Amino acid sequence: MVFRVSRLSRLVGAVTAATTVAFVAACGADDGASDGDGTVTLEFAQWWGAELPAGEFDRIIDEFTAQNPNIEIELLSAPYASTKQQLLTGAASKTLPDVVGLDGAWVNDFAKQGAITDLSSLMAEANYDDSELASQIQIDGSTYMIPVVNFVYPLFVNKALLTEAGVADVPTTRSEFLDAATKISASDGDVKGWALPLDTAVPNGIQNDVMSWLWASGGSMLTADGKPNLTSPEVKETVEYVKSLNDADVIAPGALTMKEQDKVEKFSNGQIGMMIDSLAHINLIRENQPDMEFEVAALPAADSYTGERGIPYASWGIGISDSSEHKAEAFKFVSYLMSQETNAQLSTIANGFPGNKNAEPDFGSSDPLFRTAFEIYQQGYPANEFVGLPKSEDLMRSFAEQLQLVLTGGTSVDDALAAAQENWSSVIE
Amino acid sequence: MTLTAPRASTRAAPAAPGRPRSTLARRLVPYGYLSPTVLLIVVLMVVPIVMVVGYSFRDNVIVQENSVFAGFANYTRVLTDPDFLAALRNTAVFISVSMLAHLVLGLTFAMMLNTQLLSGVTKAIFRIVYILPWLFTIAVIAVIWRLLFDPSGVVNYVLQTVGLVQEGVNWFGDPATALWAVTFVNIWSGYPFFMISLLAGLQGIPADLYEAAAVDGTNWWQRFRHVTLPQLRPVIISMAVLDLIWTSHQFALIWMTTGGGPLNSTEMLSTFTYKQAFSEYEFATASAAAVIVLLLTMVLAFFYVRSQRER
Repeated sequence: MVFRVSRLSRLVGAVTAATTVAFVAACGADDGASDGDGTVTLEFAQWWGAELPAGEFDRIIDEFTAQNPNIEIELLSAPYASTKQQLLTGAASKTLPDVVGLDGAWVNDFAKQGAITDLSSLMAEANYDDSELASQIQIDGSTYMIPVVNFVYPLFVNKALLTEAGVADVPTTRSEFLDAATKISASDGDVKGWALPLDTAVPNGIQNDVMSWLWASGGSMLTADGKPNLTSPEVKETVEYVKSLNDADVIAPGALTMKEQDKVEKFSNGQIGMMIDSLAHINLIRENQPDMEFEVAALPAADSYTGERGIPYASWGIGISDSSEHKAEAFKFVSYLMSQETNAQLSTIANGFPGNKNAEPDFGSSDPLFRTAFEIYQQGYPANEFVGLPKSEDLMRSFAEQLQLVLTGGTSVDDALAAAQENWSSVIE
Repeated sequence: MTLTAPRASTRAAPAAPGRPRSTLARRLVPYGYLSPTVLLIVVLMVVPIVMVVGYSFRDNVIVQENSVFAGFANYTRVLTDPDFLAALRNTAVFISVSMLAHLVLGLTFAMMLNTQLLSGVTKAIFRIVYILPWLFTIAVIAVIWRLLFDPSGVVNYVLQTVGLVQEGVNWFGDPATALWAVTFVNIWSGYPFFMISLLAGLQGIPADLYEAAAVDGTNWWQRFRHVTLPQLRPVIISMAVLDLIWTSHQFALIWMTTGGGPLNSTEMLSTFTYKQAFSEYEFATASAAAVIVLLLTMVLAFFYVRSQRER
């Protein structure tokens, strides 16, 4: 019995050790994405699937795989924040999936890390005609991201609150906006004219809610050669204007830690009269408040400005991993998503605007406000100077911290902008 | 008994000198059993820690292929960074106040649940109520308290109604109150674990100690001070040290409520390190900050291990 137990122990020990070795070997083995029959499987990490109606994105993918039976697409869909985390770590460890959904704010860093590949050379290899592309995000003259669908950020106005406050028309200039916001705030103690999310965990309020005022008046936060220009008169006027809104007490309380979703919630609940927000939230607001009467409009510009207005936007961009072994197949998939028909289809279901110039979304079944927004989009120009900048989130955060100091009386506008300029200059070389 | 021992020894004895391979194999058996655990510890703990320590002595790690040796430059940069020092101060306040409040609340509620004055049903109901905060995930807790602490939320409504404040307070949005607000939420979410552990400790105190104390004519406070507290001392020390370690790692709650703001007033070592790594892509300074946090945590862990040995 003792002998049998001893042998059994040794056997179990040996098997355990062997299993361990096998496990280690398996961990280190190449999991090659090509099957024996020549089928290539591409991993596609993005947050789009999570934001689209269930099954819609799968249908578009299935159409591609039906046209290309030798290519399989494995969708890795997760919410935006999770996707961002996964891609950040994937980029750092050079283990990005073959095709990646990109935000313009990440492109510079991923390109500098060598994590995403130069799409210009892939386009050349595939003889791809890029004249249909509405825009391309380039670093040092090479394309690294193609915006697939664009989401603009117009001004949302609660018509009922505006009327109640005695304001007949949607404001089109900064003075009119301040006047409308003041009247809305005065009409009800619990309602404010505007919301300014300055949370530093996700500091995109600087892009969407602060710099948008600058771009709407044709201004720029960068010099012609792409260097920071935060001490320019235009930027100073913009920050002073935001400060004047704060001084007039028309901004919803809690701005310093307010997040984008808080802003949308306050607008949906009728706690603020106006906000600058993504068009993608129209459906959400309709679902939460079916009876709410609101409209979208171009962002108010400086009183004397008569030129074209920049309208902030965010994109569902696409790129290809530099470590992908199937770049040609990956680009085939990218060109499919950018084709006129597919891009129009995707834009329609996403309630966004197409990245293909010739694609036109089908407004037939969508909210009428999308058509209004499309007209605003066509009358102005998409503006987002953070796209393609290095460490853009960090740039937004440092600006947000300075703006917080200004709004809490901790510093002057001039000193805040000088400090932000110094910080940005150390990042954008 | 007398038969088994000689039989076992007679079978084992000839095998050892006569079959050296078999002996070697037998010696390796325990290592075979241990190998999966050792492998997991090496892969999941030792390798990442060694890598992070290595990164902390180099510059341009991860984001560039050719990083360079930087000596202690990253440590110097981190330790002279005012944001890091602010994060260190905030973390010290956050973990100390949280631990003390967890201890006081946990002990108070545990004693209430251990009292003979309440019926079993009443105690069961309170047990459920008191443990509820522990059942929520951090994401849910953050959402709940963001709503409650909103300037137009329930907390301000109640305070205004009873006349304690004149206008809504920006609990998370005001630099003067933000740190206390996140500390309060952390206390609320963490005291049940203290309560349960201390309740188990209270239930383990022999009743005859209290009876002897009663015979000696002691009052409630004397029994608490000279019987309950000494008996709970090992549990209290262990829980306090563990709580300091766990709370110092708190990230999700801070990130989802204030993000370290406003104006860095709730910046913790965890959020500082995260921002260095994933916002500024300064993985080398983030690694240096992480190593400093590791060393500080090891000091706490040392006291924990020592208290365990004393037991």
